[in-house]
Amino acid sequence: MGIDATRRGFLLSSGAAALVIGFTPKGLLAAGGVEAMDINPFVTINPDSSVTVVVKHFEMGQGTSTGLPTLVAEELDADWSQVKVAFAPSDNSRYANLAMGAQGTGGSTAIANSFVQYRQAGAAARDLLVRAAAQSWGVEPSEVSVEQGLVTAGTRRAAFADLLEIARQLTPTAEPRLKEPSQFRLIGNAQLPRKDSKGKTTGQTIFAMDVKLPGMVTAVIKRAPRFGGTLVSFDASGAEAIKGFIGAKALPNGAGVAVFAKSTWPAFQARDAITAEWNFAAAENRSSDQLLADHVALLDQPQYLVRPGSDFAATGAAIQGAAKVVEAEYRFPYLAHAPMETLNCVIEPTAKGVRLHDGSQFPAITHPTVAAILGLEQDQVEIETVYAGGSFGRRATPTSDYQAEAAMAFALLGGKRPVKLVWSREDDLAGGYYRPMAAQRARIGLDGDGKIVGWDHRIAVKSIFKGGPLESMLVHDGVDHTSIEGVADSPYAIPGFSVGLSDAETGVPVLWWRSVGHTLNAYTMETLVDLAAEAAGKDALAFRLELLAGDDKDRQRLSGVLKLAAEKAGWDRALPEGRGRGIAVHKSFNSYVAEVIEIAVVEGAIKIEKVTCAVDCGIAINPDVIKAQMEGGIGFGLGAVMRNEITLTDGEVEQINFPDYEPLRIVDIGSIDVHIVPSQEAPTGVGEPGVPPAGPALANAIRAATGKQVTQLPMTRSGVDFA
Amino acid sequence: MALTVNINGETLSVEAEADTPLLWVIRDEMELTGTKFGCGVAACGACTVLVDGIATRSCQTFVGDLEDAKVTTIEGVTGPVAKAVQQAWQDLDVVQCGYCQSGQIMSAISLLNDIPKPSDEDIDSYMSGNACRCATYQRIRAAIHQAAGQAEG
Repeated sequence: MGIDATRRGFLLSSGAAALVIGFTPKGLLAAGGVEAMDINPFVTINPDSSVTVVVKHFEMGQGTSTGLPTLVAEELDADWSQVKVAFAPSDNSRYANLAMGAQGTGGSTAIANSFVQYRQAGAAARDLLVRAAAQSWGVEPSEVSVEQGLVTAGTRRAAFADLLEIARQLTPTAEPRLKEPSQFRLIGNAQLPRKDSKGKTTGQTIFAMDVKLPGMVTAVIKRAPRFGGTLVSFDASGAEAIKGFIGAKALPNGAGVAVFAKSTWPAFQARDAITAEWNFAAAENRSSDQLLADHVALLDQPQYLVRPGSDFAATGAAIQGAAKVVEAEYRFPYLAHAPMETLNCVIEPTAKGVRLHDGSQFPAITHPTVAAILGLEQDQVEIETVYAGGSFGRRATPTSDYQAEAAMAFALLGGKRPVKLVWSREDDLAGGYYRPMAAQRARIGLDGDGKIVGWDHRIAVKSIFKGGPLESMLVHDGVDHTSIEGVADSPYAIPGFSVGLSDAETGVPVLWWRSVGHTLNAYTMETLVDLAAEAAGKDALAFRLELLAGDDKDRQRLSGVLKLAAEKAGWDRALPEGRGRGIAVHKSFNSYVAEVIEIAVVEGAIKIEKVTCAVDCGIAINPDVIKAQMEGGIGFGLGAVMRNEITLTDGEVEQINFPDYEPLRIVDIGSIDVHIVPSQEAPTGVGEPGVPPAGPALANAIRAATGKQVTQLPMTRSGVDFA
Repeated sequence: MALTVNINGETLSVEAEADTPLLWVIRDEMELTGTKFGCGVAACGACTVLVDGIATRSCQTFVGDLEDAKVTTIEGVTGPVAKAVQQAWQDLDVVQCGYCQSGQIMSAISLLNDIPKPSDEDIDSYMSGNACRCATYQRIRAAIHQAAGQAEG
């Protein structure tokens, strides 16, 4: 696979004869030989004609390590088989996510922010090779063409490698011409294979969990059983007899005990044998039932009015005078991300400081966090990004929680030996940073013609972003946009629409969970629209299309995916007895997704038979990856609404391992049929937008089939049985 | 204590307690990292290996019980069924994060050894112990059908 993440790695693998193309910190294209390592390489053309694309985002399964190389290979006219992948080093100034201004992966932005940048790098490389060939052959650059990695002019032909020496002497064109979409050969090609398939089907791909270094020690943490609890004392005498146990030390932040062993199994055993006393004076000691009741109480008096023009008195009056009123109150549980690879990373000493081996989602936070804990300058810390076994958001936290633990453990051991910090599944489910718990309440009034006249919508949820390093990006006038996204900015034409928000205050850390606020807010919006459609005596699809009428681009694109999904699902066809169908549509991360779910009811139990999805994400870079992300997003969303919840008793998490937090299984879900809307718009996100419509589409199907309206999640808690 | 275990055709002596889970011998002692840790309680299938050809959760299999057994990990799979399964997985680009896929593939090989032409129901039943948080299930089902056709032909 040849994955080298450090600059040292590039130098070793590409050798002195390579051609390097990248950008200066000011964003100008630059190129040259290995001395050009001072620029930030995005593309290296190696002496064997292979092309290494430096991927600035991490790969958690979403397909970035295929998508970004596609952009380069397209403009370079490389052959796909000659393209290799390397993950960028941690370097905020050079490899920033242009949507965030900092190096990190999130918000389904990887393709969107790289679309021009990576194509420019590829086009610059192609331009250098073309001019090198023209110079070498004494022809005009316009006579030179490049196709599938071969440079030709008339009968002359050259591999990339043949042109590197001359190309290295040339200055890149400031703004190389990019292809028109009609010229794309790789972009939009559904047959293009993923770059990570082979390694991941032969057991060869290295995740952080697989990194092993000479002399490495495994560390696990015995954490306070309640959020905010602190260590009083511990007794490790019970662990002394465990072979491979090295020692245990209190973490300097009081959050627990670092337990060291020569490998993973004795580390787990030793931790079980250690006892500890905790102080819960400042801990979150409430149970989840109480926390939820406290959220619900906040709905009476919204703290913020969050949709422009919100006026609860006027909305209330309109509903008062309405012919029909629809009401619902929703309760959402905490959810864990539970990526298959539990959180872990390796930290090792280097000549200048330390190197982290990490499936690093947000190096811009982790890098300074680790440096600060170890008292190092930032340039003494390196992060080698490796493949991540899922994340769904969990590998990026405002505190870099697990990387910080690794740094503390490394320091406690003396800073001389490599340390692998490992979380167990039990650690993962009890470890916090959940999708927030939430309560929502809505009242909708409709007139005698079935038109909405007023919509009162209130949300109580803990802010994800307040107090964190990204607060300024997403919190404005006190309102965390992710708390209200998908409701307050709904593209539906809703007269008298007032939206209120209250921040819940809890000691339970919350986090972005694949599609962030949309996971909650699409559920309420799309089940409420269905209720309103029923009250209006209208078909759920037709009612939505009415609310989306007009020239507004969002409404047009939402209507487009609704119609496509409905057509492909056979929305107009009658269903046999015992079947139900639900529809939902949602815009998130600038993409538009509609889903139709068909269920069967067998002896009162629900079976998901078929999901039909339509997505409009602009230009489809890798159509098969887009389909895979929709399939995965749908499964992720459905598993959670069906039966997942994290609950607390007196502050302690009740779920221990997968048997208590049962993931979606193959038997739970039938076929998923994904259709992509052809588009020339700029590409937008796909990692998250498949999730939001899945839950409400299922809820709407269940209501259609059984009459049961599910407003408390998970559905199993509301008495829904699944086959 | 010194225990013997046969992994991928090699008989090895390992220094371990008899109740040490096979998973940790494979990963930490043998340094065969294709077999993954996901839960430790046989609830996710990421650690699936073949023991005498049958899919087995290595996190709940104890190394002291394996004296006469043959263990195969993803690194050691051979033969037409394994080849067809891995090829189908690659042809259909089943993987996303990929962390569970070694275990999925080991279970699929075991399934096809048991039922050469499985139905959807056979697949769902056999593969239900292998969780995939990326929810690649539809492609897993399709890849097993494709591999069944190829391994037979």
